[in-house]
Amino acid sequence: MATDVEGSGAGSRRGANHRLYGWLDDRFHITPLIEFLRHKYVPVHRHTVWYYMGGVALFLFMVQVISGILLVLYYKPDEGNAFESVRFITTKVSFGWLIRSVHSWSANLMVFFVFVHMFSTFFTRAYKKPRELTWMTGFVMLALVMGFGFTGYLLPWNELSYFATKVGTDIAGAVPLVGNAIKVLLRGGDDVTGATLTRFYAIHIALLPAIFTAILVAHLIFVQRQGMHEPEYVQKLPTERKKMIPFFPNFLLRDTLLWLMVLNMVLFLAVFFPWELGEKADPFASAPEGIRPEWYFMFMFQTLKLLPAHVWFMEGEVLGIVGFGVLGVAWLLVPFWEMKRRPDGRPRPITLIGVAAIIYMVVMTIWGYLV
Amino acid sequence: MNVHRIQRLGYVAASVVLALALIAASGFADDDEREEGQESVAATEGAAAPAETGTEVDHCVECHTEEDLMPEGHLDGNVHARAALSCAGCHGGDPTSDDEERAMSKEAGFVGVPTKAEIPAFCGRCHSDIEFMRRYQPRIATDQVSQYFTSAHGRRLQEGDRNVADCASCHTAHGVLPAADTRSTVHALNVPSTCGKCHGDAEYMAGREIPTDQLEKFSKSVHGVALLERQDTGAPACNDCHGNHGAAPPGVTSIGQVCGHCHVNNMQYFTESRMGHAFVEEGYHGCEECHGNHGISKTSDDMVGTQEGAVCLECHSEGDKGFETAGKIHVELVGLNTQYAEALAAQHEVQRIGMDDVDIGFMLQDAHQSLIQARTLVHTFDAERVKATTDAGKQKTTGALEAAAGQVRDFHVRRRGFGMATLFTTILAIALFLRIRQMEAG
Repeated sequence: MATDVEGSGAGSRRGANHRLYGWLDDRFHITPLIEFLRHKYVPVHRHTVWYYMGGVALFLFMVQVISGILLVLYYKPDEGNAFESVRFITTKVSFGWLIRSVHSWSANLMVFFVFVHMFSTFFTRAYKKPRELTWMTGFVMLALVMGFGFTGYLLPWNELSYFATKVGTDIAGAVPLVGNAIKVLLRGGDDVTGATLTRFYAIHIALLPAIFTAILVAHLIFVQRQGMHEPEYVQKLPTERKKMIPFFPNFLLRDTLLWLMVLNMVLFLAVFFPWELGEKADPFASAPEGIRPEWYFMFMFQTLKLLPAHVWFMEGEVLGIVGFGVLGVAWLLVPFWEMKRRPDGRPRPITLIGVAAIIYMVVMTIWGYLV
Repeated sequence: MNVHRIQRLGYVAASVVLALALIAASGFADDDEREEGQESVAATEGAAAPAETGTEVDHCVECHTEEDLMPEGHLDGNVHARAALSCAGCHGGDPTSDDEERAMSKEAGFVGVPTKAEIPAFCGRCHSDIEFMRRYQPRIATDQVSQYFTSAHGRRLQEGDRNVADCASCHTAHGVLPAADTRSTVHALNVPSTCGKCHGDAEYMAGREIPTDQLEKFSKSVHGVALLERQDTGAPACNDCHGNHGAAPPGVTSIGQVCGHCHVNNMQYFTESRMGHAFVEEGYHGCEECHGNHGISKTSDDMVGTQEGAVCLECHSEGDKGFETAGKIHVELVGLNTQYAEALAAQHEVQRIGMDDVDIGFMLQDAHQSLIQARTLVHTFDAERVKATTDAGKQKTTGALEAAAGQVRDFHVRRRGFGMATLFTTILAIALFLRIRQMEAG
């Protein structure tokens, strides 16, 4: 008797689900989408792990959006209240300390995973035809993520962030021809003031998210349409030796597993290493010692510091900025100038360039923190 | 002739004449040879009304500049030149005449160089004339000369001592700058070295019964460090305690007033206390007895009490009531100070772990205020009043310590909470992992 009741209950639920599905399918034609996902396969090989890096970055972006929205509820973007409002969030708002700390940690991890994702794509040469635009949209998102970091760093309006923004915008001001205009545009005047703070806030929570989301959607559509890139050695394997798993649900479940682990890591860092607030910025105070940009700008900052005042006919700083600009564009255009494999089987020059870039960035970053 | 040129010549002329007038006064060795009260004073009295601005052609400037008689740059910021006062304004004479005999003749009102004894009256001709001075500064004091003659410097000058400071000794002869100008010899930051020029010179001060280590002591004192090292012009210089034109050592009865000018509460408590009355009866030097004078050091809680080094022991000894009171006060101050330091450390710990220290900060502000008040109340020599204040402070520090402990507890609760969350996400992750394995095995 009881079984009959349960059985008929489950049956009616199934019936209700079907009716809802049918209702939605009638209007939005979701069956082809489900079919697409059902027939989408992800290759499994020894480099599969790198496929997850973009997913982790995406997950952290979602964490940023959610925690960011929660912070916006209390944050006040003006010179007199910014620091106090962040302190209020971390001390008085229920779980505010957690949200703020999660936002800060997740931001840093996101930058880290975006870099990992970028380099893994670079070394597996997944940027090659037909994925040139996927690479380029990814590169633009890397730049935007750094923009998120730069603008977000100022928002607590503390001593370090204030002076780091001063230095950072000064560097932007050294760009030939348009530098001063960029600096004034960023600062909203000649100096870093409350106007800069409001401007950075608008860029951080409105302008960048809008652009980023649009590019992210394009990036994800490209990935879905073209599928996962297979490394060359996998491409050469006969079909029967290629191992595949369905994207849905297998790959998505693996993604979820990793996201859970990353979430756990973010929470661990937020709880055990809460992000410090520091002292409120005082524009009239002299700059404190040890002003540093965020770690992901450090390799560039350290390079600019090490360059001599004058190199040939140019100022050292200008040369550095122009140099990074040129290298950035070259990196963006990698799919179009990639060097071919050497016939003798030695490592490709492009791989060596990538390794050199990583070594340079790591060494300069460590150097920047040591001195 | 163009107006600017006339004005410029006027400035130069004013300073040249001033220079001549005060050359003798500015040096200490170069004393006058003339007899006092002779022609120059007569000339001063008979000279034209206080200075008028430049004439069309100022031959004083022309000649004295040509002969390099004036120091370079003496016109920069010069307060007299800024008021368009010419040389003749102080020294008299006829600057329009290029004939030396005529320009510096008695008929033209030429005063010449005043003797040291004449200098106060020489400057006072304008500076004691309120009608004249208010043209330049409506609120300016005009009692400098009368004050000067009440000072140790002025009295000695009247007694015939020529090795004393006159107006030019402190203000310089020419190129006098307003006291607010940081280059001025009488700017607050420069006053100690200006006074020390004579008072720190043992050779010059030989034969006088005052020490010459005041500047050295002052430089190391709490006041001197604030003024000379931190450039805090709110800190007292020599003239803030001794007066300037009427400079004299503070008397026994006035020393409390001198210190109390800034340390208002300390003075009030002290004068109202039994100790204050006893000091007056005994003729003791008020504040100076315990704190010293030029070398006054930063106070500490160890100054009061019965332990070694406490100033109370200079008069009190074991068994007397003062000794007992001093001991009690010391215990109270040290008790609050120690508890305050503990609470401060607890606040830093709360900050370090990223917890809420805002309310703790407010409580510590109150506690610190109580500590300051209790230290001020030491001057009542009333252990009960001190205790009442330290008790209020201790209540705040206790509150702060409890709040800090609460924050640290919350911090651990968060960690335990995280432990629970981890357990949940870990179970979820394991379940997911097993599900994936099961699914892929199948």
